[in-house]
Amino acid sequence: MSILAYNGGAVVAMKGKDCVAIATDKRYGIQAQTISSNFPKVFQMGPTLYVGLPGLATDTQTVHQRLKFRMNLYELKENRIMRPKTFSAMLSNLLYEKRFGPYFIEPVVAGLDPLDNQPYVCNMDLIGCPNEPEDFVVSGTCTDQLYGMCEALWEPDLKPDELFETISQVFT
Amino acid sequence: MASERYSFSLTTFSPSGKLVQIEYALAAVAAGGTSVGIKASNGVVIATENKHKSFLYDEHSVNKVEMITGHIGMVYSGMGPDYRLLVTQARKMAQQYFLMYHEPIPTAQLVQRVATVMQEYTQSGYTEELELDDAVHTAILTLKEGFEGAMTADNIEVGICDAAGFRRLEPAHVKDYLANIP
Repeated sequence: MSILAYNGGAVVAMKGKDCVAIATDKRYGIQAQTISSNFPKVFQMGPTLYVGLPGLATDTQTVHQRLKFRMNLYELKENRIMRPKTFSAMLSNLLYEKRFGPYFIEPVVAGLDPLDNQPYVCNMDLIGCPNEPEDFVVSGTCTDQLYGMCEALWEPDLKPDELFETISQVFT
Repeated sequence: MASERYSFSLTTFSPSGKLVQIEYALAAVAAGGTSVGIKASNGVVIATENKHKSFLYDEHSVNKVEMITGHIGMVYSGMGPDYRLLVTQARKMAQQYFLMYHEPIPTAQLVQRVATVMQEYTQSGYTEELELDDAVHTAILTLKEGFEGAMTADNIEVGICDAAGFRRLEPAHVKDYLANIP
């Protein structure tokens, strides 16, 4: 079994009209045995920026801390908040630095650009190869099922409340 | 001379309270040619004199105005060899930034990082509303203040940066601006 699926968990993010949504489960388990159901995998990194880190739980926490560290440095040095696109580039670099001994997580980034409020979603593999589609991204242990649900339910230009309903239906 | 004993370490004070190596560095900068940078409403101008010690130089093969990235240029007063080292480092730092964030380096960031190399951070600017063409004119007038001999299109350099990015002006273009200088 892959280490990526040892703890389990999934994240999905999608674009709407001037909005984004990101959803996750909060299960922490060891294979079939559930330990806790209050283990966050999605973290708020800025006023309109979220990152989901499904995969090996220990790496979820390590990568979250290292991202927070790099982001704090950036924001102190440059005296401005980070754009989602910049955040993705930084995360991609962080992961590729560990190309031959990677963190076992496949991240999802979702947010609005602080300059023009454009919605942005992105996912990447465990060594940081980015994918920036125009509709939705999925990641974690049940991506096949999530892709199926997204393709069935998602449509362009959903308003915030409609997008909330869609992502909730996708996840349940 | 007593200060000779303290001439080698950068950070050892001489008995009279001077850092002699630092004074030498400042004297070397003061010996260099004038350079100027001006901010306009729609771009920026940097300019400098470009005179050579020997007539054996091909004038336009040696440049003081250099491009760092598509939107940043650099010029100097002081020592040429030190400048070329800084230019190489600045270009490298700009590319490292781009590689990390996939975003062009903000000028203030580049200044700060180059300054870390030089252990100094001094930046000042006019926020006056000024058109780019007028800024070029002002830059050339500033050069004229400390210029020895006649100023021509061949012994000064001008670099500008606007919405189209950074570029060094051709001598022919500089000549047009010089025509308007009294």
